[in-house]
Amino acid sequence: MTLKVDDLRVYYRTLRGEVKALDGVSFTLADGEIMGLAGESGCGKSTLGKSLIRLDQRMKHVGGSVELDGQVLPIADDRRMNAHRFFEVSLIPQYSMSALNPTRKIGRMIEELLRSRGAPFDRKELERRLHLVGLSTDVLDRYPIELSGGMKQRTVMVISTLLDPSLLIADEVTSALDVSSQRAVAQTLLEFRDRHLVKSMIVVTHDLSLVYQIADTIMVMYAGKLAEKAPAKTIVNAPRHPYTQALINSLPEVGVRYSERRLQGIPGSPPSLLNPPKGCRFRDRCPLAFDKCETEPPFTEIAQGHSVACWKAI
Amino acid sequence: MRRYFGRKLLLYGLTFFVAVTINWMIPRFMPGDPVSTMLARRTVNDPAAYEQMRVYYSDLFGLDKPIWEQYLNFWGSLLQGDFGISVWAFPTPVGSVILSALPYTLALVIPAVLLSWVVGNWFGAFAARRKLLDSAVLPVGYLLTAMPYMWLAALLAWVLGVVTGWFPFAGGYSFSRTPELTWPFIQDLIMHWVLPFLSLFLVALGGWAIGMRNMIIYELDSDYSNYLGALGAPNRLIRRYAFRNAMLPQITGLALQLGVIVAGAVVTEIVFAYPGLGLTILRAIQNLDFFLLQGVFLFIVVGVLIANFVIDVVYLLVDPRTRIGVA
Repeated sequence: MTLKVDDLRVYYRTLRGEVKALDGVSFTLADGEIMGLAGESGCGKSTLGKSLIRLDQRMKHVGGSVELDGQVLPIADDRRMNAHRFFEVSLIPQYSMSALNPTRKIGRMIEELLRSRGAPFDRKELERRLHLVGLSTDVLDRYPIELSGGMKQRTVMVISTLLDPSLLIADEVTSALDVSSQRAVAQTLLEFRDRHLVKSMIVVTHDLSLVYQIADTIMVMYAGKLAEKAPAKTIVNAPRHPYTQALINSLPEVGVRYSERRLQGIPGSPPSLLNPPKGCRFRDRCPLAFDKCETEPPFTEIAQGHSVACWKAI
Repeated sequence: MRRYFGRKLLLYGLTFFVAVTINWMIPRFMPGDPVSTMLARRTVNDPAAYEQMRVYYSDLFGLDKPIWEQYLNFWGSLLQGDFGISVWAFPTPVGSVILSALPYTLALVIPAVLLSWVVGNWFGAFAARRKLLDSAVLPVGYLLTAMPYMWLAALLAWVLGVVTGWFPFAGGYSFSRTPELTWPFIQDLIMHWVLPFLSLFLVALGGWAIGMRNMIIYELDSDYSNYLGALGAPNRLIRRYAFRNAMLPQITGLALQLGVIVAGAVVTEIVFAYPGLGLTILRAIQNLDFFLLQGVFLFIVVGVLIANFVIDVVYLLVDPRTRIGVA
């Protein structure tokens, strides 16, 4: 088992109080597993992704633990966490287009980064990996501004995985790309795993249809809590949580003419995480809600590898 | 690259032409007549002699010609390196008046601009995101940069000159000395240089420090800094990168500052009666000395243009993005 997250709580400090963006999240990630992490904006998926590598200044680790390859990650201790970053946990950020220092040639930047981490700079291996993602080695002698958006994205992917991390977090990596580049990026992620450059992966996204193509499992979050985790096929074909069902129903399907059938949105909006309601957080928007939903449903395994937090599903 | 510099040079040429023309126009549109001012100092009582002298001087300075001819003559002699004769320091040529004042101003302005820039940037970058230091640097920086040059100059002259008596506060060297290349004279020069330099240096320093501090904080928050942080890069590396990127607007700021610092030098030189270009400008205005004023402004324009050109080249070296536009 690569990753074990246990009751993780990370809050944001704001002037109006603590925003409970990640409120008791527990799950595991197997060796070689690619997990899609989905949910709407503000559900805590990016917070979870960041928590596993680097809390930003407003984030506070309130409770829970993270274990990677049997080692506890000191996520609250920025300095001690450094030892694990890049070597064991790595990140492909949301902002790949601007992730490279504009005033350094890419090759030199990579070399300086590796040297500063005490890792050897192996130019051969670096070139091999650039070829793997379809980039020529000229890239190393160029400045970021000389690359297209897709090239920058692939460069960042190569840099992030250079030290063969156990866990790679890909945060909304396809959001800024056109459809064909999206597909290429998704295929590359798959290839990284298949070539064992990366042991396992969390792909944070709001694009379920894309992550479905590469993910082994999909985990759905809602309002700072887990809603459902299951193999990708199950999530798409037989979701059990009413939120997952609504999410899947809101996706367009190929071949369906939407002049005949209106695309379903999810009515209502998620609760404020500043002071979230007791019980199931989806209650107010849920068509199936009943009395029992006043108490919080546990995240329970209902079948092999399929966990749901809903009283109706248990 | 050649097209880029060609375009730049054309632009600088045009700027030079316009600036010089304006320099020529301004004194001529000032109220008053330089010849009568000059004659007033001679206290000529005989009207006939007065008229004769007026005609003689008008002819000498070329002021009896129609205005367009004066303008053409001005360009003609300018291109031959002839700036005319000073009215104030008659009959010294403007060129030699300026050349004797120029070293003082350059010795004052160049170290003040460059040192305040270097020290201010370094200090601001160092203070950014270091809580204790930052909360000290910020208010001091604002205080310094908000000070008018002459006020700080007067304050320094009073505290370090009058009260403590550490430094002399008037003139470029002691009145009792004659300029010569000996160690005591150089020492005397330096002592007289300290206060005017300090007043220019301190005011500029605060502005640079604050600018750099803000830029560094912005850069440390940028995506590339966050990415490096997520990959566990040490602060040293992140700060180095941030510094390099934060320098770019500061370099532009330096270019812009060069024009302003001349104005600062004018008041500072007046406060300390420092015999540089600033004091020369004052004398020229007081005596309606068109030619001297033109000459000094010309030097300032050329100085600012050269400085801007140097900054353009430096920018090409430090920012790859400008290089792409050039190629």
